[in-house]
Amino acid sequence: MEEFVRDISLPEIKEKVLVDKPVSMENCQRLKKTTNARICVGRAGERFKTETLLKFRADHAIAMDTVWSYVDEKIVDRLGFYKIQTMVKDKEEYIRRPDLGRIFAPETMQAIKKDCIQQPDVQIIAADGLSAYAINANLEDIYSIMLDGFVEKGYSVGTPIFVKYSRVATMDKISEALGAKVTIQFIGERPGLATGESMSVYMAYEASSQKPESQRTVVSNIYKDGIPSVEAGAQIVYLTEVLMREKKSGVELKI
Amino acid sequence: MKLKTSLFGNVYSFRDVKDVLAKANEEKSGDVLAGIAAQNTVERVAAKVVLADMTLENLRKNPVVPYEIDDVTRADQDALDIEVFQKIKSLTVGEFREFLLSADEADIAAIRPGLTAEMIAGVAKLMSNMDLVCASAKMHVTATCNTTIGRAGTLSARLQPNHATDNISGIMASLMEGLSYGVGDAVIGLNPAVDSIGSVAAVLTEFKNFMNKWKIPTQNCVLSHVTTQMKILEKNAAPMDLMFQSLAGSEIASRAFGINVKLMDEAYAMMKERKSSLGPNFMYFETGQGSELSSDGHHGADQLVMEARCYAFAKRYNPFLVNTVVGFIGPEYLYDGRQMIRAGLEDHFMGKLTGLSMGVDVCYTNHMKADQNDLENLAMMLTLADCNYIMGIPGGDDVMLMYQTTSYHDAAALRKIGHKKTIAEFDQRMEELGIFKNGQLTEKAGDPSIFMV
Repeated sequence: MEEFVRDISLPEIKEKVLVDKPVSMENCQRLKKTTNARICVGRAGERFKTETLLKFRADHAIAMDTVWSYVDEKIVDRLGFYKIQTMVKDKEEYIRRPDLGRIFAPETMQAIKKDCIQQPDVQIIAADGLSAYAINANLEDIYSIMLDGFVEKGYSVGTPIFVKYSRVATMDKISEALGAKVTIQFIGERPGLATGESMSVYMAYEASSQKPESQRTVVSNIYKDGIPSVEAGAQIVYLTEVLMREKKSGVELKI
Repeated sequence: MKLKTSLFGNVYSFRDVKDVLAKANEEKSGDVLAGIAAQNTVERVAAKVVLADMTLENLRKNPVVPYEIDDVTRADQDALDIEVFQKIKSLTVGEFREFLLSADEADIAAIRPGLTAEMIAGVAKLMSNMDLVCASAKMHVTATCNTTIGRAGTLSARLQPNHATDNISGIMASLMEGLSYGVGDAVIGLNPAVDSIGSVAAVLTEFKNFMNKWKIPTQNCVLSHVTTQMKILEKNAAPMDLMFQSLAGSEIASRAFGINVKLMDEAYAMMKERKSSLGPNFMYFETGQGSELSSDGHHGADQLVMEARCYAFAKRYNPFLVNTVVGFIGPEYLYDGRQMIRAGLEDHFMGKLTGLSMGVDVCYTNHMKADQNDLENLAMMLTLADCNYIMGIPGGDDVMLMYQTTSYHDAAALRKIGHKKTIAEFDQRMEELGIFKNGQLTEKAGDPSIFMV
């Protein structure tokens, strides 16, 4: 009785071709290598095979759990981030009240102004968003690459800030408080199935809560099977140069 | 106009039409978030009672956003056919509900030009889920691009071959898998991960080449921002059968999407001139309850009436496709499976009543209290409601947008249990390719390698 039923969360389960009698098994395998979408899964009539169904259920289960997890603060401490929290009290309120996740208490705003570098060329923010695992998995790599890039370009970099219970719009408040030129926010995306580690980066030139959301330039899908964090870091350094040069961002900027 | 009633010995009075509409809405977390929902269940019913007694004229004269300050309100009110409106304006919303449930299809189609968004949202609030399905099932709205969608007895699907990095080979792999299930008669449409002119043009071209090589009668689209697509048209950079944009129900909320009525008018005119498709319907729009509140453009109105206003905006451009992305926005607007199912049925009904070729992206995200069973329930109900189209994605898992929508398998299963077919020309081509026999999947179906010869 010591044997285990096979572990369907293992990556090789997703790599299997389940199509019955394909024209070319080799071609199916080749197709599967080009995407992490659930292709070549075959069928039971018009429905999934049992393994496909159970794999889906397992992946949904872990994604739901990711939403309710927390950023490992040892990581942000190690990188020297200044830590603040929005008006949200706990996770439940964070899910139901995005409005509170976009704003800070007056005393938090004052503390930012007092403790952080004013008028930097580049302001970096890390935010938990809807996936703490995304920050845990990607922040360290991307941050060091970007920092090197900015130093090389001669940009002044502000005090990095970590925001707990944060929505995207906190970047506008922080930018306004510190008078940053380019503000860059890393934030955990809403998790996909079994991909709770995907991070987005939002960037804006003179980010402001008076401007519409379309002020933001976005790089999304940063995780090991999407855009690897090393590659994304280089892309963001490049985009920062463009934003600094053009003095605009988002839909106003066609790249 | 009466704004007061009593129930079980308590008096319920409402501030204005907007307040009645909001409190008469079925429970949605987004209306609670906005602070405009009914305080309790009896107050909700009291609002419905007051709403049922209002006339369509009351609703026309009280748009939830004033005409003077909002281009969506102007687009809706200016499009109203006054002659038709005169004939129906004295109907109460309660009588209007009964009319929709008892009239035949032609009678409903005849009064459509006399409706505004507030009337359409108002009557939806008085309907139960099965009412919404009954009324929707007799409204068939067809539209023609390269092919004609929406005929009775059809259920179409958008093939959505999204990829985390827009890798062309990966996109095409999902496309081949989808076609091998008979999915893609509505459109082959990618949500791009990268909204750049070069990348969007490359995908459009690749889709068109595949459609030509395999003689697949459908339309291509990449769902980038409309300004990116305009640049592609300007440069003649790629063939484009359908032009896409997300819409919102007010001018402020539209601004968050980087659009307004004037820009969309220009985009439409340019597309009409330069499109690669044949028919008179060549626009594709997505909407979804809650986006106005999320950009603070809701003007204190509920998310259902704001959604109806998106459809008024959409109809200005005679679109080929419009779909609500019902569970994408998250739990702060639609908390759980129950609210998601309700919203999907409402949106589909309102779109059809507006006169749109209406589909639904039946979906949920991982931070919602919903699961696959909720999704399947709504998809089956919409099949009964004669919805024009749903999405189709590998294994129900969108690896780019990070949400779950209907799978290729779901599209095939719904056609079977709902006795539906794909669009005629597409259906015929699937038979020729040996993927369908008498409209059903053959043994060959579900194998993408059939397209690798």
